[in-house]
Amino acid sequence: MSVRSAATLLQTIPSSRRRIALPLRRLRPGLVSWLQVAPLALILLVLFALPTLLFLVVSFFDYDRTGIYPAFMLDNCRELLTTPTTLRVYLSSLKFAAIVRAITLFLGFDISYFLVFHIRSATLRAVLFLLCAIPFWTSGIIRTIAWIPFLGRNGAFNQLLMGLHITTKPLEFLLFSDFAVIITYVHLFTLLMIGPIANSLSKIDPALMEAARDSGASRWQTMVNVVIPLSKTGIALGSILVFTQVMGDYFVVKQMSGGQSASIVSALSTEIQAMQYPPAAANAMILVIFVAILVAGMMRVVDVRKELVK
Amino acid sequence: MDTRFDVELIAVTKRYGDAVAVDDISLRIPKNSYCCLLGPSGCGKTSTLRMIAGHETISDGDILINGGNVTELAPAQRGTAMMFQNYALFPHLNRLDNVAFSLKMRGVPKAERHRQAQEFLALVHMEEFATRLPAQLSGGQQQRVALARALITKPSVLLLDEPLSALDPFLRVRMREELKRLQRELGISFIHVTHSQEEAMALADLMVVMEDGRIRQSGSPREVFERPSSAFIARFIGGHNVLPWQNGMIAVRADHCRIGDTSDGPRLTGRIAVVEYQGPIVRVALATDTGVEAAALLPDHLFYRHPVEPGDLVTITWPQAARMSSMHKDGERFRLRSAIANRTL
Repeated sequence: MSVRSAATLLQTIPSSRRRIALPLRRLRPGLVSWLQVAPLALILLVLFALPTLLFLVVSFFDYDRTGIYPAFMLDNCRELLTTPTTLRVYLSSLKFAAIVRAITLFLGFDISYFLVFHIRSATLRAVLFLLCAIPFWTSGIIRTIAWIPFLGRNGAFNQLLMGLHITTKPLEFLLFSDFAVIITYVHLFTLLMIGPIANSLSKIDPALMEAARDSGASRWQTMVNVVIPLSKTGIALGSILVFTQVMGDYFVVKQMSGGQSASIVSALSTEIQAMQYPPAAANAMILVIFVAILVAGMMRVVDVRKELVK
Repeated sequence: MDTRFDVELIAVTKRYGDAVAVDDISLRIPKNSYCCLLGPSGCGKTSTLRMIAGHETISDGDILINGGNVTELAPAQRGTAMMFQNYALFPHLNRLDNVAFSLKMRGVPKAERHRQAQEFLALVHMEEFATRLPAQLSGGQQQRVALARALITKPSVLLLDEPLSALDPFLRVRMREELKRLQRELGISFIHVTHSQEEAMALADLMVVMEDGRIRQSGSPREVFERPSSAFIARFIGGHNVLPWQNGMIAVRADHCRIGDTSDGPRLTGRIAVVEYQGPIVRVALATDTGVEAAALLPDHLFYRHPVEPGDLVTITWPQAARMSSMHKDGERFRLRSAIANRTL
């Protein structure tokens, strides 16, 4: 580029910028904010709020074997809340959620702590984080099914145990059991714990740990009094993610429990297959409300917004 | 056991891989003294402090505190307490719990530790608003809390890592006085790392100037200022003109220099580059034809008797009686010469 053309270019930049800037400046500042929020608001409205509203409306509809009829009746809800099955599947899902949360929390916290505080090289840390994330590149369904040939009666694990003469006959509880469901959940969701907790931990100034040590705190005391309180938000966020995933799961329980356990969504899915949309909608609404209450409870513990803003 | 010294460093070395951060330094810090480790960034002063604190392992050598070898001990067992550069207050604890932290670790019951914490907050004039979180405090207040948290462990040596660098200049001077007062009142040794020679001169009983992982000079601030042992020291502590003279280098105090040819003593002629009015003094900087730079700090009344302007050709002189140290070019080391010897210059 010649010197002259560069000079002309330099002259044109301010004027072109002025051309863009002027109409924006004429808008009221309030309007600019609305424009900035609009895309996200639109997506949430169309893809989340409207469908949810639709569920809510349909959950009050009447139905029979041939169709659904607009109405306002509470029978769907009442029926759902009074059948013992509902309580049973909710308890079962809650049990899974609590156990899986505990295990993923333990794993997630330890892995995050190791990655954040023990790996000094930033490159190595990035590589290890990537390794944690790689399983997420395949579909959850495939990762679930992948456990079957491993845990099955004649699966790789049983073969190995017998090959090493640790057991004489195949272990039956490995597949199609609560154990299989939990191990699959843990495999699927541990990363959901690692992410938020590692985020919280990486914000802890290492000087705080030295300060604790300087004040005579043992490693365990530092953990309990400094590190865990400061990663509370990450723990809560990760717990929320894991909890909601387990509560809303359908596939893992269906595949891995061998029909011994039911999940909330599997009941819902049966209703959809029978084209009983109003009770399915009611079921979905109650699940949403239930999970929302649980999440609200966890949010009370910590200020999640604070963590997201930082 | 020799306990005339609070801290003794014996041939202490710190290596990070192949890089040597602290190179075989030895230092004795007498009882109840205010010691400043001074030097440009990367000179090893912070590594030295962290080794004394026990937050950095020692590659070689020994550290003695109150006559006892602490080289292998954990930070809390050494009788030291550290105040960290950015204070490192626990953000989730209010200021009372921050100060009481070490007591909590030792299992002191809540009421008792809060009572003691309140006492130490009072010592640093922070007894109010004890329930505020660190984020709600100003920099100066955070520093006082950090100080109280360190002192509550009743250390025999307090280690301070650049304690004043995060404060604004006005507050810095006030906190400086406060630190000195606390050191005297508590009767313990403070080891204070800083890159500010002004801070070190104001505070130190023992000033230790470091460069490239070594101690270049240590002594009282007055000793160091009056007899800088090398060109580096003279330049670093400031207030000196480092000039080539005959076959060596000399350091001349800028405040001893006068403008105008009034004596037959040593002199330097050059053109004035800058005149800075600084209140009680005026700084006149000049450069000679050969590129040697020098400055004279003149009391304002002397300057205004014969004002000069940038561009003027002037001669600066310094009294023969002024102490001059000469430095040989090989190794750039100063050697002290007596005032009498100066007469031959």
